[in-house]
Amino acid sequence: MTAPPATTPQPLKPIRGPSALGGDWRRFVSLTWTLAVTDFRLKFFGSVLGYFWQLMKPLMLFGVLYVVFTEFVRLGGGVRDYPAVLLMGIVIYQFYAEATSGSVGSVLARENLVRKIHFPRLVIPLAVVLTTYLNFILNFAAVFVFLLVQGVELRWTWLEILPLIALLGALCTGIAMALSALFVRYRDVQPIWDVALPIAFYGTPILYPIETIPSEKLQQVLMCNPLAAIVQQARHALIDPGAASAAEAIGGAPRLLIPFGILVAVCVGGYLIFDRSAPHIAEDL
Amino acid sequence: MTPPAPNAPAVVVDGVHKTFAMPKEKVHTLKERALHPLRRTGYEVLRALQDVSFTVEQGEFFGIVGRNGSGKSTLLKCLAGIYGIDSGAISASGRMSTFIELGVGFNPDLAARENAMLNAIMLGLTRSEAEQRYERILDFSELHEFEDLKIKNYSSGMLVRLAFSVMIQVDADILLIDEVLAVGDAAFQQKCYDEFNRLRDEQRTILFVTHDMGSVERFCHRALLLERGEVVTLDHPARVAQEYFRLNFDQAESDGGRPVEEGRRGDGSAEVIEGWFEDEHGERAETLVQHRPCSYCARVRFHVDVTDPKLGAIFEDTEHRPVWTTTSVWHDEHTGQFAADEEIVLRIAFENALAPGRYWVHTGVSRRGAGEDTMDRRDRVASMIVTGLRGHGGVVDIPHDLRIERTGAPHAAAREPA
Repeated sequence: MTAPPATTPQPLKPIRGPSALGGDWRRFVSLTWTLAVTDFRLKFFGSVLGYFWQLMKPLMLFGVLYVVFTEFVRLGGGVRDYPAVLLMGIVIYQFYAEATSGSVGSVLARENLVRKIHFPRLVIPLAVVLTTYLNFILNFAAVFVFLLVQGVELRWTWLEILPLIALLGALCTGIAMALSALFVRYRDVQPIWDVALPIAFYGTPILYPIETIPSEKLQQVLMCNPLAAIVQQARHALIDPGAASAAEAIGGAPRLLIPFGILVAVCVGGYLIFDRSAPHIAEDL
Repeated sequence: MTPPAPNAPAVVVDGVHKTFAMPKEKVHTLKERALHPLRRTGYEVLRALQDVSFTVEQGEFFGIVGRNGSGKSTLLKCLAGIYGIDSGAISASGRMSTFIELGVGFNPDLAARENAMLNAIMLGLTRSEAEQRYERILDFSELHEFEDLKIKNYSSGMLVRLAFSVMIQVDADILLIDEVLAVGDAAFQQKCYDEFNRLRDEQRTILFVTHDMGSVERFCHRALLLERGEVVTLDHPARVAQEYFRLNFDQAESDGGRPVEEGRRGDGSAEVIEGWFEDEHGERAETLVQHRPCSYCARVRFHVDVTDPKLGAIFEDTEHRPVWTTTSVWHDEHTGQFAADEEIVLRIAFENALAPGRYWVHTGVSRRGAGEDTMDRRDRVASMIVTGLRGHGGVVDIPHDLRIERTGAPHAAAREPA
């Protein structure tokens, strides 16, 4: 009877229902990381060449587009380092496409976890984005090698890629949060997004360098797309300082507030959507 | 059983309500929304929990019982924070871990180690804690030789062992456990029971959802009975079990008295809890020596007040042949008055005259009077093995005398030499 309890009594804390964030942040980080790394490893499991195939995906697309648009249609003619510009654009777009489309069904795919344990629900879309990030880092390493082989100079401006990747990640996270939460209630988010993704590809100066668009006005409108601004700035910083920076392409640095504002709105909006549906995701599934 | 020491509350549930809105016609797509903007989707409101309040003390093993659909699993999910609650409040002290299903987060394409890590992290350990405990997890699961095998190649029993081993290494202050006990082979099940006893002895706070009254009485200090989302009883396990049987009994009456389970009949107003054999020293034994005194005992509990019930037993051999029967009626019809919740032991002492072999015993309790009014009858409650040298080929070795007597008849005289 005198045996002390196994643990010293702790003060009572209210148990709240499920939420987007909430709870211990270390658990949040550890869960996100664990899910992301496990997924990343599983992706390559069972295939002999593993990572090689992951890299082949953008490279094949690049190869086809390169041949078509330099040999058949001379779109890239006269553009300095067109192959490098094309490859980098494809790798960035690939990240965007994988992170967002991967997140759509993610909550449903994790149904087992959602219904059986308590954890911050935001972990799920974040883990998807993080897994894609891990792929992206490896792919981008390949881009760097390609750039050096192509004879692109190593410059300090290369460091700009870090904030650009951060912005890209934020954009994808915002979209991922919105899509994964909406999909739980509206199953046609999936086909809608499948249609929307190619539009984003052609709406971004990847295939065609921005300067090939005759109308300057149209160039500036295109640049309002945060993805376009990021791709353009990456080209300017990494490959060709002679190419227009995002600020120049949109017609002045202050105007960059438009794509930036859109990016912030997507993030905040995505979070709000997710936060609203998080408490009852387990019941709605 | 009472909780080991009066303590501060570990879990406080105060007036919790939970309803589920179940759409009658599920609108799934934007297109449907767009085409039928005016169609109102009707909701059926399911009251899963209504004004549920209770307090669990530190170190208490607390049972939550109820029939299917009574809301016990919903309650557990609310406690775990998986479902939000509509009104009321739940609070808890210390780290809480939920075991609604074994092996949450298991991935078939990974080996034991990765899965144990994944599962442990899901259940609330940090990665380094999980790494430290991995050896112990493996030891408990006895899966050393299969460590590197992908778990998709595991048998279901092995999976369960791995999952349970992870679970018990997650030493949260408060454990929420949904019926995950009845798993694995007999030896592993015993290990699990031992583990539950250990947790109880360590004064962990455990909330345990089940509809197995046996484990409730075995482990729990107190239990809560839910029915249609409302608290019916909060009491000692024995009383809760009685109430639970009463609820089921009401149900069984409308079922027209079908057998409750295989080899069991009766209206549930009494319960043959267990049966066993004792040797001449009064020790429980399964193997008994021929021609020594021994007894068969059965523990019976009444769930209603009853006067002069009949109790009896039938012993049969492995070929289902009844060998011997006895009933209280032959000894004294007036067995006495028993109150609801009273527990008795029926003891049949006898000289073991059975032939060597295995025997089973059925035990029954019925109301007094003509005809069958069975309260509970359980087939094959216990078995014994009789060892000995006599009686082979028969079913009993009736105490007897065997002699050869000379008659002194003329033959003998005839043989004498002339």
